[in-house]
This record gives sequence, C-alpha cells and structure tokens, in this order.
Amino acid sequence: MRRPSAGQAERRSQPRRSQRIRRGPQRHGPQRHGPQRRGPRRRAVAAAVLLAVATTACGSEGRTLNVFAAASLTEPFGELEQVFEQRHQDVDVRLNLAGSSTLGSQIAEGAPADVFASANEPVMADVAGDLGGEPHPFATNRLTIAVPPGNPAGIEGFGDLAGGGATVVVCQPQVPCGAAAGRLAKLTGTTLRPASEEQDVKDVLNKVVTREADAGLVYATDVRAAGDQVDEVGIPGAGRAANRYPIAVTARAAEPELAAEFRDLVLGEEGRRVLRKAGFGTP
Amino acid sequence: MPWVLWIPAGLALALVVLPVAGLLVRTDYARLPALLTSDAALSALRLSLVTALASTIACVVLGVPLAVVLARARGRGVRLVRAVVLLPLVLPPVVGGLALLFLLGRNGFLGYLLDVVAGVSVPFTTTAVVIAQTFVAMPFLVVSLEGALRSGGQRYELVAATLGARPWTVFRRVTVPLLLPALGSGAVLSFARALGEFGATITFAGSLEGVTRTLPLEVYAQAQADVDSAVALALLLIVVAVVVIAVARPKAFDR
Amino acid sequence: MSLHVDVAVTRGRFTLDVTFDVPAGSVLAVLGPNGSGKSTLLQCLAGLLVPDSAAVTLDGRTLTRAPGVQVPVHDRGIGLLAQDPLLLPHLTAVENVAFGPRSQGVRPSRARAQAREWLRRADAAELTGRRPAQLSGGQAQRVAIARALAGGPRALLLDEPLSALDVDAAPAIRGLLRRVLRRTQSAHSGESGDGEVVPDGERCAVLVTHDPLDVLALADDVVVLDAGRIAERGPAKEVLAAPRTAFTARIAGLNLVPGVAAADGLHAPNGRFVAGVPSGDCLPGEPAVAVFAPGAVAVHPAGAPHTGSPRNVVDARVASLEPHGAVIRLRTAGDGGAETGIAADLTPASVAELGLEPGSAVRLEVKAASVAVHPAA
Repeated sequence: MRRPSAGQAERRSQPRRSQRIRRGPQRHGPQRHGPQRRGPRRRAVAAAVLLAVATTACGSEGRTLNVFAAASLTEPFGELEQVFEQRHQDVDVRLNLAGSSTLGSQIAEGAPADVFASANEPVMADVAGDLGGEPHPFATNRLTIAVPPGNPAGIEGFGDLAGGGATVVVCQPQVPCGAAAGRLAKLTGTTLRPASEEQDVKDVLNKVVTREADAGLVYATDVRAAGDQVDEVGIPGAGRAANRYPIAVTARAAEPELAAEFRDLVLGEEGRRVLRKAGFGTP
Repeated sequence: MPWVLWIPAGLALALVVLPVAGLLVRTDYARLPALLTSDAALSALRLSLVTALASTIACVVLGVPLAVVLARARGRGVRLVRAVVLLPLVLPPVVGGLALLFLLGRNGFLGYLLDVVAGVSVPFTTTAVVIAQTFVAMPFLVVSLEGALRSGGQRYELVAATLGARPWTVFRRVTVPLLLPALGSGAVLSFARALGEFGATITFAGSLEGVTRTLPLEVYAQAQADVDSAVALALLLIVVAVVVIAVARPKAFDR
Repeated sequence: MSLHVDVAVTRGRFTLDVTFDVPAGSVLAVLGPNGSGKSTLLQCLAGLLVPDSAAVTLDGRTLTRAPGVQVPVHDRGIGLLAQDPLLLPHLTAVENVAFGPRSQGVRPSRARAQAREWLRRADAAELTGRRPAQLSGGQAQRVAIARALAGGPRALLLDEPLSALDVDAAPAIRGLLRRVLRRTQSAHSGESGDGEVVPDGERCAVLVTHDPLDVLALADDVVVLDAGRIAERGPAKEVLAAPRTAFTARIAGLNLVPGVAAADGLHAPNGRFVAGVPSGDCLPGEPAVAVFAPGAVAVHPAGAPHTGSPRNVVDARVASLEPHGAVIRLRTAGDGGAETGIAADLTPASVAELGLEPGSAVRLEVKAASVAVHPAA
C-alpha cells in the first residue's frame, strides 16, 4: 500500500531539502566517483521504489548500499553516510528517508534495502521475515513538547495537553511517535485532547512552526533540528516512554558484509557520537 | 470509427481498471465486514459524505454565479480571473492547503480577524474540511458551466429580455434551466473531487476522527499500520464514488 | 404614435448612419445585402448596442438618446422575431408563449389563457403542450410568432424571419405574418380582448431582410441599405418595381405584374394572363402580384417562333439599355401589364448579335416556372 502522493510530497520535502543543502559542496568533491548522478538518483528512491530498482539495476561501476532509515534520522544518518563513504571510496550509500511504517511496507513489497533503521520496534518486528540478522537497538528518542517561540499559550507541562483551550497536535497512534505519546499518556494518567492527529512527526512540528498549534508532541531530535523556530517544554519522565530505534541488515542485502559494516558504524562510537549530537539517546 | 482506436482505448481502460482490480485482489474479504463497520471507518464515511455534500452545495451556490460572470462579463480582467479560478486544478492540493492556512489560519489575515472579532478559529474544524474541498472542487463546476454558457450563447437570454423579462427573471427562468444538464455533471464532478480530497484537507484541517478525518485521511492513517484495513477503506471509497456516479449519471452525462 | 429612428454608429471602419420613421400600424422593410448594417441597426433598436449618437423614440417615449439615455432591453416594449425561433427548450409551446405575460407580472392562469389565445391566432393551437424539440421548423416559428405578439410589444423587430425555413414552410409563415402584421387585416382581431395589450392597428414593425419577396409580401415601405447608408426609400412596390439607383436594382430589381390571382397564374388588369406558380398562401380571386427576375426573361427578335415550354410571350419595344454589372439590362416601354415595362438581362454579346437599340422590337419569353405569384400587400 503506497501513501497518497500529495501527503508524501509534502513530508519528503523537508528531509530532502536539508540534505541537499548540507551535501552541496561535497558533491563536487574530488574523491567521489560519479557524484553528479547521486542526487537525482536519491530523489528517485525517495519518490518511487520501483524506479529505485531500475536505477540500481543499471548501476555504476562502484558498489552501492541502500539504507532505509526513519525520517527522524535524516541528520545523523546523513553525516554517517559521509563517514562511511570516506572509509569506502568505491561505495555509494543511498539513503531512503521516510516514515518507518512506509519504509516497512516498501521492504515487505520487495524494495531493495540493504539496511533498515526503524524508529520503533513493532515496525521492525513486522518485517522480521525480510531481515538477514537480529535487529540491534542503537538509539532512543524521547518525546518533548514543541511550542511556538515565546510559548504564547503558556504551556507548562504534559498536563496542559489534556484540553483547556490550547490547540494541541500529536501524531496518530498508528505511527511510532503517536504510539509513544499514547504510552506517555498512559504512564502519566493523562487524556490527550488533540485538535488533530497528524500522519507524521514532521507534520506536527510544521503546525507548531506555522503557529497553527499552541503545542505539539514531537521527538527531542525534532526540536533540536528545528533550531529557533520552536521552543521546547520538557516532559519529566518522558524517557520511560521513549522509542527504541532498531537497525538490521535485510535478508535481501546484496553485500551482507558491507551492510553489516554500516550497521556497526551506527552502533559504534562514531555513530553514538553523531546520534547524541542530534539529540538522540544511546543505549 | 477506425478500429485502430481500440488499442489506445483499451490501454486507457486498462490503466483505470487494472489498479482497481489489483485493489480488489488484495482485499482481505474475511476481515472486510469487521474492518468496514469499525467506528473509525463509519465515522470517516459519514464525515466524508456530509462534507462532500456540503462542499458540493457550496460549489453550486458560489460557482454558478461565478461561471455566469466569467462567461458574460466583458473586459480585460476577465481572462486573468479565469486563469486564477483554474489555479486549484494545477496547484498541488498540499499547496492549496497551505494557502488556505495562510489566509484562514490563526496568523492568516482573515483568520486573525475572525479570531479577534468573532472568536472563530477555522483550522482543525469540519468547516475547514468543507472549505478545503470546495477550494479544490470548485474549478470542476465552473469549467463545465462556463463551457456550456459559452457554447449556448446569449440568444435565449436576449429573446427573454425582449419579452419583458428583467435580468433576474432571465437568470432564474432562462439561464439556470438551460444550465441544468451541465450543472448536473459539474456537480457530480465536484462531489467526486471533494470525496477524494486529501492533501489540502490534511494540511488545512488536520486529521481527527469524527471531526476532520475523512475517508481518504482514514485510508492514509490506516496505511501506516494496517494495510488490509486501508485497502478495505479504499474499497469503500470506490463503492461510494461508483454509486454517486451511477445515480447521477443518467441525467448528468447522457444527452 | 410611431417609431422614430435616427442612429449613427461606427464600428471600426464601418459606419451606420440612418434616419427613418415607421408610422403606427405599418411595416417598414430594411432591405440590404450582408454587411450593409442591418444587424447593427437591429441591435441599436433592441437596445443591445449603444450608438455613438442616436435618438430612438417609440410612441413618443425616448428609448435611446446617445449619449445618455439607454432604456434596457426588457423595458423597451420592442419584441423580436429572429431567423431561429429560439423557443426555450425546457418549456412547452404554451409556456413559451406565456413567458412574456408572466415576466410582465400577469398571473399564471391568466398568462396561460392569453398564451392559448395567441397560439390559436397563430394556427398553432394543437401545439400547445409540445416541447420545442418536437416541433418542425415551421411549427416552431408559429409558436415564436405567437410568443413575440403575446409579449405585447409596441414595435416588433423581424430579423429574417423566413430565411431559416425550408421552401415548403415559408409561404404559410409568410401568410401568417401578413395576417398578424398588416393593418388591413386587423379588423377581425377585435373579437377577443384577451391578450390584446397593443391593438394590432397601432403596432409597428421593422422587417430586416435580404429577400425582395418578403418586402413585397409584408411591408408598406422599404429602405434599402448600402454599406450603412440608405440608398433608397419609398413605398415597397414602387421601389422594387422601379429602382432608381443601380444598387437597389441589383439587389431588388424585379419584374412585378399586379392583378388577381388564379389557380395557375394571374390575370393582369389589361386582360393578359400571366402563367406562374402561386405561393401557398395565394387564394384565387384575391389581389396578387406576379414576380419574376430580369435574368429569367429571354429576349428574341420580333416575330421569332415559339421555342416550346415558355408560356408567357410578350411583344414589346426596347425603351433603354443600361450596363448593369456584367450584363446589360434592357427595359421595355410600358406594356405587358407591368406599369414600368419589363426588365431583362442580356450579355453584351447577345445585345450585339440581336442588334438591339432603343426602339427595337423584341419578343420576350418567361417560363411559367420562373414566375411566382404572391398575395399583394
């Protein structure tokens, strides 16, 4: 089941944009082969898995590694991609960044993923049959409250999301951040009264950035990435309901050793450093 | 008719029919009754029918006068206005949703005014769903009506005026009755477009069960977790659309 | 009580500049080829076009005084009967006819009764409940006539009302129009006051046409339009029979022989019988006029033997020979029943071959099939 295209286009635009900006100068770096073709190719992957299969098939001289990663991993995985490609000059890492559920569906439909990094464990469990090895937890992400700069509605804590005038936006329960919100609400005995249940954590953040919402339940990493566009109201004890991010090599991986190397980079010291910098917790 | 036409015609038909057939094949028929009668599905269906009907009525009430003005008014600005009216057809719905937010959102200039003056906030309400649907569906109605008005010309209106009918009488007793066939097909198109509307709705109105989560949004929500459920809901959406077209078709499309 | 028109309008390189009066109860024909300004004139009268400078008054009421006054279409009291009947397709015949009275505030039941009466007068009573799609061209035009009259116009504009009809239907509709438009026929319309807003005798009409036959059958007077200006004006029969300008002669020059209609022709006052084809509305014994074009007249030397089928043969003397476009128009001295003589068109070669000059004796022949016999206006 593919997502309706309209929603997809909007959600994708953000990670892709940040990637392009960050990656700009690197593209022309002398150490890479075929750099000009990478950007468009990655876009194709993001747009349609089938297209990705086609471009992979007529691939380049070097080796490629397809990494499917949750959208919240955009920043750290982009950095790790560079690290990995510097260590393996002949390898082209391609990131497919989207909602974990979407990526899970794509893998179940036969998309050419070598490594899968999910934002929660149930999605990983759903594709257990397509995995080539045990999933390893490599990061945690706790929920926090994003508010517009200056906190116009005066949100002080999780309890203020239970109604009482403020426009609150959360993720729908079907996606990991929504599931985490549900767990947190249960743990604290709070009943959330959202104005909207968004399909994606980035949509929640957008509603806060555009000031349509007074508060949004998002990941700590999202608040970190949004910079001064939002303020944060922390939730004590949110760590108890944090998401655990697992990573695994898939059964269909063309080069399982290479895929395992990337996984180990993420699990290793370099990976932990980069993840923490982006606001993740590391186990 | 040259027989060669059958080849592209067949391809065109296949392009429409085969994906739907694929959906039918993927459907989990054992779970279908349970999936379709879930509270979430029923509330999404109800909301979709109510909002699509409301936005179709809004399209007719606002679109008929607009089409008449566009078809009859003279002047240089009319061409520009016509292009603007067609904008929602080419605009990605998400962009339409953003545009609506910038107008009617809390910080939009109209939304701010409404909030301050009347204490009304539009986003995240069922009204927002209807507005988003009307925004994307209106061009379908206006385009079909304007075409009919232009091809029909003004000769009947003129004759009616020479019989002593005032402009309002002419509009009521001549223009509108002559428009009815085109109005029928235009309204069906608008309803269908409103029923399938997704991008502008989710951007402008958000997604909350029973309030703003219409069938397409529910399909999308379910697709995150339970593909079978999403497929079942998609099937429901198709059935509703087919019923609407089947009911309205004889009058609207057969001449 | 009359229609007074003084209009000047410029559209691009075309200028229309006309002045005329239509007395109450009379019909004025505006005759002209395409592009002569007929439609522009109609639009000015109907109120669709604002002239550059104009004065249009109807029964003393100013409808247009440009610049400044422009009474809207619905308030002018000017009815329109177009080439196309333009019946509203979603209404039945009787509803179409009742449209005018209804729009003017007459109660539905009374409007319907008036509509039935007008349909009856238009010989269309049996069409009452039919939809326009179920009507033939002639039937639809009958209903359209009834509708135009039911609107109670003080003046009626007729825009080529017969040109869209096929040849079988046109004579009957022409007859109907004669009946409803002609003041002389208005005597028997006083039988019922129902629907009588403007007495037939006071209503005036402007008939726009390119067909001289329509003028002959329906109009009292005619103005001939040439490129936006009036080329000639006068009583219809005089202008058509004896055009004073070459332009009028070219578009309207006809041979007319008045007399009394017969089953297969017409008896001229001088006792001569003109064989011809009576039109559908032409009753034997009624006043009529035989009409034939100059081009239908064959010219032979005097005393030439009969060539067979032509049934009308006249001996005459050439009065004049004038170039007329590519042909030479020959006109005979008054004879043959036509007061002004008969006109015939010949090629210059024929004129030379026959050695024709004013005073020459000729024998003229016209096929009966080329002669139309119409009721006289």
